[in-house]
Amino acid sequence: MIVEIGHFALILGLAFALVLATVPLLGVEKRQPLWMDVARTAAIGQFALLALAFACLIYAFVQDDFSVKYVAHNSNTQLPLIFKISATWGAHEGSLLLWALILTLWTLAAALFAKQLPPTLKARMLSVLGWVAAGFILFILLTSNPFERLLDIPTEGRSLNPLLQDIGLAIHPPMLYMGYVGMAVAFAFAVAVLLEGKMENAWAHWAQTWTLIAWAFLTLGIALGSWWAYYELGWGGWWFWDPVENASLLPWIVATALIHSLAITAKRGSFQAWSLLLAILTFGLSLLGTFLVRSGVLTSVHAFSSDPSRGVFILVFLVVIVGAALLLFSARAHLVTQRRVFQPLSKETLLLLNNVLLIAIMATVLLGTLYPLILDALGIAKLSVGAPYFNSVIVPLTVPLALLMGLGFATHWRESRAGGLLTQLWPVLLVSALIAFIVPLLLLPDLQGWALVGLFMSAWIALSALQWLWQNRASKNSAGRVTERRRILGAVLAHTGFAVMLAGITVTSLYSIEKDVRLAPEESYSIGTTRFEFGGVIQKQEHNYLASEGTVKVYVNDRWLTNLHPQKRTYLSQSMPMTEAGIDAQLSRDLFVALGEKLDAQAWSLRIQYKPLIRWIWLGAILMALGALLALPSSRQRRQEVAE
Amino acid sequence: MSPVRKKRLYTLMLILSAVGLAAFLLLQAFSENMMFYFSTSEVQQGKAPPGRDFRLGGLVVNGTVQRDPNSLKVRFDLTDGAAKVTVEYRGILPDLFREGQGIIANGRLNAEGIFVAHEVLAKHDENYMPPEVAHSLKQAENNAIKTQQATP
Repeated sequence: MIVEIGHFALILGLAFALVLATVPLLGVEKRQPLWMDVARTAAIGQFALLALAFACLIYAFVQDDFSVKYVAHNSNTQLPLIFKISATWGAHEGSLLLWALILTLWTLAAALFAKQLPPTLKARMLSVLGWVAAGFILFILLTSNPFERLLDIPTEGRSLNPLLQDIGLAIHPPMLYMGYVGMAVAFAFAVAVLLEGKMENAWAHWAQTWTLIAWAFLTLGIALGSWWAYYELGWGGWWFWDPVENASLLPWIVATALIHSLAITAKRGSFQAWSLLLAILTFGLSLLGTFLVRSGVLTSVHAFSSDPSRGVFILVFLVVIVGAALLLFSARAHLVTQRRVFQPLSKETLLLLNNVLLIAIMATVLLGTLYPLILDALGIAKLSVGAPYFNSVIVPLTVPLALLMGLGFATHWRESRAGGLLTQLWPVLLVSALIAFIVPLLLLPDLQGWALVGLFMSAWIALSALQWLWQNRASKNSAGRVTERRRILGAVLAHTGFAVMLAGITVTSLYSIEKDVRLAPEESYSIGTTRFEFGGVIQKQEHNYLASEGTVKVYVNDRWLTNLHPQKRTYLSQSMPMTEAGIDAQLSRDLFVALGEKLDAQAWSLRIQYKPLIRWIWLGAILMALGALLALPSSRQRRQEVAE
Repeated sequence: MSPVRKKRLYTLMLILSAVGLAAFLLLQAFSENMMFYFSTSEVQQGKAPPGRDFRLGGLVVNGTVQRDPNSLKVRFDLTDGAAKVTVEYRGILPDLFREGQGIIANGRLNAEGIFVAHEVLAKHDENYMPPEVAHSLKQAENNAIKTQQATP
């Protein structure tokens, strides 16, 4: 009964989405304010119904209702409650429902907090969001209905893939989707502006707010995924250039460009068309990511299901939505463009160059991700493009990106003088170079060229940002000034976060030590002054799995530091084993030990890794997300500027 | 030419050369790092490139997994049902590596025709078959049927 309520709520949700998609738009055409106001009611109703549907699905999981196919395939009675709940979005159908739910949540938020926008623009924007929601709910109902019943009711479910029985998975997809789907607001905004045929620069503040929030979620979501892969897959890697990872990175890169482009539009009143194009592109890439992950065209950890009709539907949806938006853009972009003069050496130029670099990086990742798929689909060849491709193209592109990033802080809007820049920046340049040389000499085993480059870039970005903060320290105590200072602090924090991440990536990529060794009990293996002593393996039984648990005693300079307990688990409901690494985490380095296989009566193979600064990668991501939230324009600021 | 035009021309040239350079780097990296997939039959027919990395897929033949007692060296055969190739690997095999399982290995052939893998991939799902391997198995089967029909 509950399940049917959920199903019905979803169908009703589609009806509300269709109302949202059409009535406000007609209201704008016919100049009927009442029709336009329907948007708010429809957005509330749409969200309430989707939330009800989702709650019903969670209920089915908690109650072990195996008459529901989706529950029977992805849960069982042995699963702890928290994973029964997170199993709701652990596979295809449920994760799409989560996608739709989050979309309606963003739509609701946009409906409630868009008072600064003119009514026609708001109505059009919400209608566009309605179209997206309608498409997705239709997709769920037609191809991926999570409420489908089974005729043969099994007494026990098939269980959730053990890899996904983890707290990281419980929060990774909702975070990521909040980011992915949040880009729909900027997209809808862009389409609405094009329909409107004019763009006021103060609106850019509004779009920037929403993009920043979504970007913060996306950053955290990607970082969570990376962290989860690191401790859960047992390889000790934090990024694999797996197509699914790339799928989440693509919208992130373009959204980063979008935030900066919107900053120019808001501050200087130019780049309108470019901002709108980026907004369309960002959400297009979010949809592409959904297509890649959910259509089964990929062979990856994430692609558990495949059904061609699903892929076709999303592909058609993607082409229609993005195609229509791009057509609209090409027809009407000239209406919103304003030209403002700026000199070759100015903040505008640098931001534009960085935008171009970001797009180039995005194109590189896109090519590496799609090219093998396209060749395979056409039957030409089966090939894969490995990590070396991505590294060899993206690393050289990141160097100018980082240099311009630091330079951007020192330049002024419209015009800067080269001489002035030099006098201002030479101390930063000098200190950065010193850091890049001295840090490896003191703390790292040897001096490598790329380490020098990476550390220089990190120091350069962080120090230029801090210098900019110092220059902006003077303050009057008016309210607007307080907001401005908070935003400056946010920008500095976010860029410092990027510098921290860059340092982490550089050092962990170049100086990690990874060894696969064979050890019998009492035998040791040393990495530098750190000695790993294998203490043997014991068998353990837990609630829903059996585990072989190893003990590895870690000594530094022959003094005991800690015991690590890597596990090899076999879940009762499935026969597949999985690796649970033993990790000793510190800000300066991780010690990572994973059990391999049992080689004979005593000896095991062990994967032992020393990973310097790996925590900095995720720490940097957290700083970036926090910075983005600090940098939000205040609602007063947005309103004032609209009033002007 | 007016100064504005001139400026535009310079900008355009700058952008074009940057795009050109980027495209060059990209294609260079692309052609160096592409890895083609070959089935065991194709390797036996000599279709795989010598001295270059490629991906080899197939089923692990039952009873062929041999471990070196003193190191992490392991040898096993892969098959697509028609031809076998011996694979040598040093390191830890993935959790789901076992006899009869479909796997993919990255590496290259040595002088003796043994495939030296630097990476072995098995997917995290016990019912999963890499699509490339499924395709090879089917092709080998089809070829077998054709030869049977040709020689009645």
